[in-house]
Amino acid sequence: MNALEQVAIVGVAESEIGKVPHQTPAGMMAVAARAAAVDAGLSLDDVDGVFATTPYHGVTVTTVSEYLGIRPRYYDGTDFGGCSFILHLRHAAAAIAAGLCDVALIAYASSQRSDRGRLVSSSETSAYELPYGAVYPITHNAMIAARHMHEYGTTSEQLASVAVAARSWAARNPRAFAREPITVEDVLASPMMSSPLHKLDCCLVTDGGAALIVARRDRVVDGRRAVHVLGAAESFTHRNIVAMPDLTTSAAAVTGPAVFQQAGLRPDDMDFAQLYDAFTIGPIIELEDLGFVPKGEAAAFFAEGRTQPGGDLPVNTNGGGLAYTHPGMLGLFLLAEAVRQLRGESGEAQLPDAKVGLVHGIGGALASAATAILAVPEVRVA
Amino acid sequence: MSGTTTKPIPQLRGEERPFFAAAAEGQLAIQRCPECGQTVSFPRTVCPRCRRGSPVWIDAAGTGTLYSFSVVVRSAIPGYADEVPYVVALVELDEGVRLMANIVNVAPDDVRIGMPVRVTFERRLRESEEEIAVPQFEPAEGAV
Repeated sequence: MNALEQVAIVGVAESEIGKVPHQTPAGMMAVAARAAAVDAGLSLDDVDGVFATTPYHGVTVTTVSEYLGIRPRYYDGTDFGGCSFILHLRHAAAAIAAGLCDVALIAYASSQRSDRGRLVSSSETSAYELPYGAVYPITHNAMIAARHMHEYGTTSEQLASVAVAARSWAARNPRAFAREPITVEDVLASPMMSSPLHKLDCCLVTDGGAALIVARRDRVVDGRRAVHVLGAAESFTHRNIVAMPDLTTSAAAVTGPAVFQQAGLRPDDMDFAQLYDAFTIGPIIELEDLGFVPKGEAAAFFAEGRTQPGGDLPVNTNGGGLAYTHPGMLGLFLLAEAVRQLRGESGEAQLPDAKVGLVHGIGGALASAATAILAVPEVRVA
Repeated sequence: MSGTTTKPIPQLRGEERPFFAAAAEGQLAIQRCPECGQTVSFPRTVCPRCRRGSPVWIDAAGTGTLYSFSVVVRSAIPGYADEVPYVVALVELDEGVRLMANIVNVAPDDVRIGMPVRVTFERRLRESEEEIAVPQFEPAEGAV
């Protein structure tokens, strides 16, 4: 039996999100952790494994454990960029299957909006990039977008349609930070940041925290609300963008086929996809690399509205990083929305009969990747 | 280009130094692995292809093509914020490796992916006499 078959996601919660000046990142993690444990029907006393990373704390796993007054027997502070928490889900399954812990807490939070109103990142800049005025990570994603446009004819209008789609979901989500509908013209009329990316091609800068509880299956209290993991994978292509082999192909080209193979499912089987959208170019390349559409066809897929409410592949059903929330690292919020959809708890944005969906995160400028396929318990690996 | 600047000057460590030392002499230094022949960028002490060899420094021709670029319009980076719009690019050298650089001596509107470019060097001097030379690229003869 593989590790994923021995665990379930049993609890999920978010702190207040948006602007939360009255709580530190550790405080937001603690609030979310306590709520996630309650959601799981467990107590924080049951947590014996902690998985966390933030740019705020050198050793976030000890910060959050100390704040909560818990003393777990297993710690994993792997920093893999914004997708770290999807990787933590896989690592938690491995640790639980190995008998190293039974109930794992995965936590993240950021106060970047209250801090300075721009990305707080622990990412260092190499000596070979520092001299050139590249605004990380906007300029890096802009160069990726420019190359995608050059190779596949992708247009600024198509990039903008990814932001339009995000707002179409956010309009259904009372917790979303940016709910007003926008048009392609609005995106193109917003200030240019780093060509071809406009302000509205870029994600929000918000505060917020989230937590997930992953448990061995014999610790599941309410089996009807448990969410299973049918596939999980991690990979990377580069750390420095000069070393990215092909600017238009991300590590999702490795993790996508891996998770579908593990799950015995195909892209067509997915009821939704939660895709890391730090910039509008991201979900375009991710959708292609994951295998949902052939290379070069995702931009048209978004522009045709096929990811919006009523479309054939709902993407980022809470509004994503472009419209819901983006506290620096988005991975845990992608997982949280996937869990809510599978439990039928997504309110006005709830998809009818959502049984299985994909979550894909990136780290850095499309540098690292972690992907998972989540499902309700009655869906079994083929 | 010369004179004092507030533009970023990296604090160099270890194997980063020869790259900038070469630039100060007007040479663009890249690396090649003596074991497997792979050209390497960014510079490394262990070859990322064969992992057996230790790449050695070679002089690049200093010519290449523009692989991708962005015109930065909003920037808070010291020395750059007041120079917007400026071009940040990835240049693919004729030797096959890529470097990041600004594309200089051309209007941002005239920059195109695929255009031939050649190296030039920008000297950065602080009032504290800290100094560095950084490779930059400009359109090759007849590129615009």
